[in-house]
Amino acid sequence: MIESRRALRRFRRPAATAAAMFAVLAAGDAAAATPRSVLVMAKSLDDLITLDPAEVFEFSGAEITANLYLRLFRPNPDDPAKPLGEAVSSWRASADSLSFEFEVRDRLPFASGRAMDAHDAVFSLRRAVALNKAPSFILTQFGLSGDNVGERVRALDDRRFTITLDRAYAPSLVLNALSAGIASVVDREAVLANADGDLGEGWLRNHAAGSGAFSLRRWQPGEYLLLDANLSYWQGPPALKRVAIRDIREPSTQRLLLERGDVDMARNLGPDQLAAVDGIDGIRLLVVPRARLFYLALNQKRPPLDRPAVRKALRYLVDYQGIAERLLGPAARVHQAFLPQGFLGALDDRPFDFEPERARGLLSEAGLAGGFEVRLDVRSDPIALRLAQVVQATMAEAGVRIEIVPGSAKQVLTRYRARRHELFMGQWGPDYLDPHTNASTFARNPDNGDGAAERTLAWRNGWEIPELTARADAAVLERDPARRARLYQELQREVQADSPFIVLFQENEVIALSDRVEGFAAGITADQTSYHGLRK
Amino acid sequence: MTAEAERAASMPRSVIAARLARARSRTGEIARNPLAAAGLAVIVLLVAVAVLAPYLAPYDPQAQELAGRLAPLGPAHWLGTDELGRDIASRLIWGARVTLVIVALVAAISAPLGLVLGCVAGYLGGWADVALMRLTDVFLAFPRLILALALAAALGPGIDNAVLAIALTSWPVYARVARAEALVARSAEFVDAARLQGAGAWHIIRRQIMPLCVSSLVVRASLDMAGIILTAAGLGFLGLGARPPAPEWGAMIAAGREYLFDQWWVVGAPGCAILVVSLGFNLLGDGLRDVLDPHA
Amino acid sequence: MASASRRARAAAAARLAVGVATTLFGLVLVTFVIGRMMPIDPVLAVVGDRASAATYAAERAEMGLDRPLPVQVWRYLRALAAGDLGTSVVTARPVIEDIGRYFPATIELATVALALGLALGVPAGVIAAAHRGRWPDQVIRITSLLGYSMPAFWLGLILLLVFYAELGWAAGPGRIEVFYEDLVTPVTGLLLIDAPLDGEWVILGNALAHMALPASVLGLFSMAYIARMTRSFMIEQLGQEYILAARAKGLSEARVVWRHALGNALVPLLTVVALAYGSLLEGSVLTETVFAWPGLGSYLTNSLFNADMNAVLGCTIVIGLVFLGLNLLADLIGSLLDPRVE
Repeated sequence: MIESRRALRRFRRPAATAAAMFAVLAAGDAAAATPRSVLVMAKSLDDLITLDPAEVFEFSGAEITANLYLRLFRPNPDDPAKPLGEAVSSWRASADSLSFEFEVRDRLPFASGRAMDAHDAVFSLRRAVALNKAPSFILTQFGLSGDNVGERVRALDDRRFTITLDRAYAPSLVLNALSAGIASVVDREAVLANADGDLGEGWLRNHAAGSGAFSLRRWQPGEYLLLDANLSYWQGPPALKRVAIRDIREPSTQRLLLERGDVDMARNLGPDQLAAVDGIDGIRLLVVPRARLFYLALNQKRPPLDRPAVRKALRYLVDYQGIAERLLGPAARVHQAFLPQGFLGALDDRPFDFEPERARGLLSEAGLAGGFEVRLDVRSDPIALRLAQVVQATMAEAGVRIEIVPGSAKQVLTRYRARRHELFMGQWGPDYLDPHTNASTFARNPDNGDGAAERTLAWRNGWEIPELTARADAAVLERDPARRARLYQELQREVQADSPFIVLFQENEVIALSDRVEGFAAGITADQTSYHGLRK
Repeated sequence: MTAEAERAASMPRSVIAARLARARSRTGEIARNPLAAAGLAVIVLLVAVAVLAPYLAPYDPQAQELAGRLAPLGPAHWLGTDELGRDIASRLIWGARVTLVIVALVAAISAPLGLVLGCVAGYLGGWADVALMRLTDVFLAFPRLILALALAAALGPGIDNAVLAIALTSWPVYARVARAEALVARSAEFVDAARLQGAGAWHIIRRQIMPLCVSSLVVRASLDMAGIILTAAGLGFLGLGARPPAPEWGAMIAAGREYLFDQWWVVGAPGCAILVVSLGFNLLGDGLRDVLDPHA
Repeated sequence: MASASRRARAAAAARLAVGVATTLFGLVLVTFVIGRMMPIDPVLAVVGDRASAATYAAERAEMGLDRPLPVQVWRYLRALAAGDLGTSVVTARPVIEDIGRYFPATIELATVALALGLALGVPAGVIAAAHRGRWPDQVIRITSLLGYSMPAFWLGLILLLVFYAELGWAAGPGRIEVFYEDLVTPVTGLLLIDAPLDGEWVILGNALAHMALPASVLGLFSMAYIARMTRSFMIEQLGQEYILAARAKGLSEARVVWRHALGNALVPLLTVVALAYGSLLEGSVLTETVFAWPGLGSYLTNSLFNADMNAVLGCTIVIGLVFLGLNLLADLIGSLLDPRVE
């Protein structure tokens, strides 16, 4: 009718306005390419809590502080037993190997312009011990504590300082510990100027006072982190002027941004997305072997997981090859020992395969022919959940009926630390490049009681191992690297054959990046990722 | 027959017969409204699929086939396979059960709870009313999804916890609706009459007040169903719904997010299912409102 | 008399204030209880996985978690009265600062979405009412219902797929390109206002491009709601006598509908706008997750999954206040119209 048509015509005007509004919204700047001197990286920074090297204990923080600070030593890719000096130019051990003397390298300027001296190094180490945060154990394991660090770590003069230990540890262990993030050298004067009676803990959380290849321009938690090149870096300024890290939690978003050229590098793509972008022109994949292990843990305080037959049977109920090939692709390789490839003493034996009949046999011999029910705690990230479901399906073939209990990372960790889990599936990354970092937690449990001071992984799973603990403690003092390696291999073989731990995979980090980007250097731990050589 | 005799003959002979007759005529009205009829059809379909899932689903929804992951739509798998090689169509069908269970349980918990509390508060007035109003104020001061999210996060993943969380956020609305109706009803004449006859408060509430509130509550609840489904899917999307490998539609979308651009069907199929079911409830709710509550 | 009505109004205002205060207190209490129920150890979030028992215990005492619940609530309320919402465990900054940063982003999104919803929803509702029962009405009703029934997170993903990945028409997730960060002086925190104030037109365009998709997703829902309420009000208006009188006077149908009926429906529509704004806050939680929008919704979700109680409490209070405020506003407007309703 005439009225209705006229009414509809009235409708067209506001509709046109809405359409115009949408067009305006969409027309602005839809595609953006990144400038030449800036690298934009898409990485999930959801684990980044602080940038204070005395506190940093997560992968993201480790990587970023590695580019903000110089450390006393740096790992030696050719010989893991002999780290190279970074802030330290020379060192020597005393005759009884109980103390080490270090000389600080000349002309390492901080952002303030002041050159690093021994007092900065001493301050940084003392501070790390005194603050007693998560990573402090790397230093306090040598007998350092808040009370004695004043005498045990001393500056001899402006260039030299000493550290005194409580036992004659293998030098490879000590120096590798000093190549970890906790041995980063902070600018003493800058920190004290901004400290609030807290040794600068509050300030260094989101500021940096280092001499690394980059300086911190700004960290906006949950959004981005900006690094500016340090033009007075001792090995020459980086090729890039700025590294911008966009905190994007969603892998599919990262992938989109990469495809559109809005970012140059995507760090968290899943295996399928990697396969998808690999074929695209202008994008390539970079596989970086890492030292993170994926493992299953059986809480020995929950029968029937404490029975040797069950521990053994479950080892044959994971489809290692199938998962590695079909689900994980380049992102992982099968690995079944607690020291990752690349570590002194690493073990490459892979005795277990998916053998459900064998597992069934083992279980029925133990009187568990009907199987049993068990809960599996796992983080609710997509890859972990997928793995959990596959494991659930394969274990069901021998009657082991798994109920998956997903949770956020913190939730799952809370349960694990409280020993309230049954099965646990998660990851473990080493803290420094010495076999002790993993041996100390997989093969050591000094006190299995509920109030224990040391909550190693063995403790979390209620595994009583006085003999293995003693052997792991002894291996730390073995000075000959070859003999030491053998000791660790024996330990691994035992843990591999029968323990609450089923090591599944060693992770590779696979990065998708634009063809324009070169020079990404990374070792096997997160804190060996360097942006210095990056260029476009 | 005389007109009077006819009328006498067609008079229902009991309360039950009267109620049945009313229900029949109402259903007829609903059926005549095309949108509502469509909604009803969708819901009947949902229930049928849920009940007949074991017979309808072509595959075991948990059967993994790693070699055939992420297969596109095809003759073997009509809606393709997901990231672990499971048949999506079968998972959709079994997922209908999960959805139905959640919706039914939430309604079964929150509606009666809200009805009782609201009627009691509305009828008794005084401190009971004030207490209820304050309590519902607290719950209603918060967006429903956020409150459900907080509760579910605190309780942990699992269907039972999700149901509890959503139910706890739904009852206040029903309580308010029931209270409003009760306020009006308590001053009705037949209520006064019942009181004069010596009926106790609870008896009055149960027999006189509650039946009056039921129809608005039904309207409200049916309008809410779609919201409940969406909230449940949202919780599943955030990892707080049914535990894997349960074929919950929201969780399926979350799991398929990574494959959105190449294997969009992993996300597309469950999303459409949620949309259709939600739409069905909305259509029905709309139709019910037209019939039962025409002055809205 | 004048003084009596003033006293009555003062009494009403006092009752209102008490009501708001008790509701907020109830909210804080509920959130505290929920926080206590959380199966997450907030201390772990700070000290990390490998801290020694000593470090753990020290941190726990520092966070005040070894005190009983009533003491914790009391301490919190005391700090709250002083305007201190505590420090976030995840971002290590004062919660007030975080909220000050994230809330404007959500407001911006919600406002644009509401504008879209109004621009589309009001005309749709009017048309539907004017043609009640006929096909435009049915079409608009179905479209509205579709809007109500759509899972927001799914729609967001689909729109990203189509408009960003396939067509490249809209910008990707996030609020703005990273290299435009910090280039705009934050006067209000709203990029759409601050950028023009600074003369940064390119940044404004970029911000709008990023807002297109999430605002559309949210806008769809508010459009559905507004359309249906407009229709409802319009039907009510069109049934009034003055409409018949206007028609009898010979005014054109368009004028009757758009000028007179809509004019009278606008005031009750305001209550709808207030309520729609509130529901947009709710809808933003999932939308922000999909689009990596740094707003209050994603801040809250992140805090929940990390058991960052200070942040959760802070968000609860802010959102609760806003919601309460909007509902009160709606009630107020409603009571202006209908003096019988208290």
